[in-house]
Amino acid sequence: MGHMAMHGLAALALLASPMAGMAETKPAPATGPVWQENPYPSTYKPYPGDPTAIVGATVFDGTGGEIANGTVLLKGGRIVAVGDARLAVPDGFRRIDGTGKFVTPGVIDIHSHLGVYASPQVAAHSDGNEATAPTTPQVWAEHSVWPQDPGFSRALTNGGVTTMQILPGSANLIGGRSVVLKNVYARTVQAMKFPGAPYGMKMACGENPKRVYGGKGQMPSTRMGNMAVDRQTWIRAAEYRKKRAEGKLTDRDLAMDTMADVLDGKILVQNHCYRADEMAQVIDMAKEFGYKVSAFHHAVEAYKIADLLRDNGICAAIWADWWGFKMEAFDAIPENAALLADQGACVIIHSDDANGIQRLNQEAAKARAAGKRMGITIPDGEVIRWITLNPAKALGIDRQTGSLAQGKMGDVVLWNGNPLSVYSRPEKVWIDGALLFDLGDPKRRPVSDFELGLPGEGDVK
Amino acid sequence: MKRSALLAAVLLLAGTALPARAADAPPALPSGDFAVTGATIAVGDGSAPIPGGTLVVRGGRIVAAGKSVAVPAGIPVIDGTGKWVTPGLVTAMTDLGLVDVGAVDESNDSYAGTARFSAGLDVSVAIDPDAPPVAISRASGITRAGVAPLAANAIFAGQGAVIDLAANGPGMVKSRAFQVVELGERGAELAGGSRVAAQALLRNALREARELAQRKPGKAADGDAPGQPTDALLTRADAAALIPVVTGKQPLFVHVERAADIRGVLALGREFPALRLVIVGAGEGWRVAGEIAQAKVPVLASALADLPNTFETLAVTQSNVGRMTAAGVKVALGGFYENDQPRYAPQFAGNLVGLSRLPGATGLSWGQALAAITSIPADILGEGAVFGSLKPGLAADIVIWDGDPLEVASAPVTIYVAGSLQSLVNHQSRLRQRYRRSTEGALPKAYE
Repeated sequence: MGHMAMHGLAALALLASPMAGMAETKPAPATGPVWQENPYPSTYKPYPGDPTAIVGATVFDGTGGEIANGTVLLKGGRIVAVGDARLAVPDGFRRIDGTGKFVTPGVIDIHSHLGVYASPQVAAHSDGNEATAPTTPQVWAEHSVWPQDPGFSRALTNGGVTTMQILPGSANLIGGRSVVLKNVYARTVQAMKFPGAPYGMKMACGENPKRVYGGKGQMPSTRMGNMAVDRQTWIRAAEYRKKRAEGKLTDRDLAMDTMADVLDGKILVQNHCYRADEMAQVIDMAKEFGYKVSAFHHAVEAYKIADLLRDNGICAAIWADWWGFKMEAFDAIPENAALLADQGACVIIHSDDANGIQRLNQEAAKARAAGKRMGITIPDGEVIRWITLNPAKALGIDRQTGSLAQGKMGDVVLWNGNPLSVYSRPEKVWIDGALLFDLGDPKRRPVSDFELGLPGEGDVK
Repeated sequence: MKRSALLAAVLLLAGTALPARAADAPPALPSGDFAVTGATIAVGDGSAPIPGGTLVVRGGRIVAAGKSVAVPAGIPVIDGTGKWVTPGLVTAMTDLGLVDVGAVDESNDSYAGTARFSAGLDVSVAIDPDAPPVAISRASGITRAGVAPLAANAIFAGQGAVIDLAANGPGMVKSRAFQVVELGERGAELAGGSRVAAQALLRNALREARELAQRKPGKAADGDAPGQPTDALLTRADAAALIPVVTGKQPLFVHVERAADIRGVLALGREFPALRLVIVGAGEGWRVAGEIAQAKVPVLASALADLPNTFETLAVTQSNVGRMTAAGVKVALGGFYENDQPRYAPQFAGNLVGLSRLPGATGLSWGQALAAITSIPADILGEGAVFGSLKPGLAADIVIWDGDPLEVASAPVTIYVAGSLQSLVNHQSRLRQRYRRSTEGALPKAYE
């Protein structure tokens, strides 16, 4: 499939990413600024888990594969083996009977605002849009995330979501850095940060930025204004990057640091963009300045340019069937995902919603069914890839998670039925091999600090 | 509404209706009198689906639906093998016909923030059966809906209507079918800042309506001119619109979420026994389900709300509908606003069936779940004897599905409203045809 082309950049970013390592201080020129490459490092530590064997389930491995009567072995936080019934269960493994059940990789949502628009959604929790300037690459979503958002628990228990990209909102053309989190409650955001995940940078096309700033009587107030402000900012970033590489910076610019890292391929661009024509403009802008768009988010018109997205190795991160709520969503169709897949483009189903994140499996199923009705047949396993390996790739974390492959993180969901059915729910969820949700065990159900002592604490939700 | 005259003129020029293209014409299927055989029939009254059933429709009405139903001689028969048949879906509170595109302000008639009237607003005068979301909803199996205004300038939103979603129809089933009032956080905000103020406004409004009803036309009361007294807070039109509410001729849909506010509404019902109350929202309804059941107040509740979005929804859970239903409350699925468009009703209902299989959770049986999106909302709209199930005598609003209607993979294949075959063509279906391949052919896409 054409979307394989994009992995190159993601993999490169991973290898080259200083975020993967410890905080380090660059040797600086005598007069130049000094900065840490990774000042807010992940302190995430996997929780302990028993060696576990899930046997007898139908396994969708995330790469498109399906194994009937499969066996999945977890140990030391990792997937140690995946196979069919012939795979022996070593001694000392806790056996879980998966007969009649289904196993998938942990679900990954590439587009979430959990934590930055936390529940309760009171004004005091509105931390997702730094809507005071049209470009704010200097802000980092992780500095807004409230780790006690009750939404994280719902995404885990109802949606089987184990990894999320938390993005700034789309009021700004350049909204700031995203952060990739493990869906494990922690006292600090740092302790949720996915170890080694590259940062993303949120960009937005279309109605939102021009409405927000046009409404304030400032640029941009039009789509051409959107592009002009973007391009001018990239020009600045290119100059900054050049000076930085030459050791000629006299002052450090937080905004330009992020954009220069994008130009260096270390940070992945996650671009909110609905309309086909605007995506095409952004593709040219990316070529003009030498960066890469990892995924177009909310790409409701992606089906109109499936060939262009395929040929440029850009994923379309989309809802299954949201339609018509704003002008730029008027041409959304439920066949979007299937048409993209049929033409070899990369499909990701995303949520952008604290409710939708609980049902990405159902959304993927709907998108597949819409295609089937127009004669496009996509196997179950391939549909599961839309919410596992494909988002992992577009986030640059596909070497660590996103599929059930030996050596990867033990991020696994056991479903009580086919996850592509409306009637199925997660029964158990493991993150890095630790059992963090068990439908049958109230003690394996997270409750955020916020909910303690309030009506409904610890309910099934 | 900020409709610019220039824009309106442009729209007028551009607004010539396009002829439907032949490719999407509905197949040659009968209307009015027909039978469907060999299908799984779900009546919509809470009962379990019936495999291998038969449905008979004559003169646009249901004659019979079930297992041992004879097909009258000479009637056209649709082979329903492998298909499911349900009543048309009903959503009790929507903005269908009031909105073309939600965020396009000038196309959105669902609220009026600076209007001079509130309870007197009547959505029936503005409903457009050609609004694009009507066609999208119809193709998803919605055949009837309540259309409700949103409160934007006062606690009273105005009067809702009941429509059908038939293509080419006037669509109006019943105008001024219910009144809508906000009494929770939103009501507090609209009333000036507190629930206390909202309650005072409500009681005053009911009093003014009652007094207006008792006043003889043309006769002044207490020295006031005929009509409203000089210290009245409501306009005459608003007070007059509340007369059918205080006399119990028109249901009052009250939006509240938290347990204490629900209790407050039930107390209001005891204070004003003539009110025909319907609770909308009831996110914490499960906590007071017994009291709601005892008061016989029906509820329109969101199926899947489980996040404490506000301090009035701290205890929300997806088990809410199931728990209230189990306690004997008549609950229809509601909450179809903004992105939760009516077409998601079957998915939401299906989730509640899935929930019934989880330890500790309470969902609905399959039959109950279908009833919550067909006969129960029809009942709550006061139309249960007209549509909403496949019971004999009801309007033949029929959806034939390609599989289990509550399953996310299923979709309608054939839809009737009152026995009349419906077109499933809409903006989305035309785009789908045009973009089967993304690349252009011999001519630009605009010629396809």
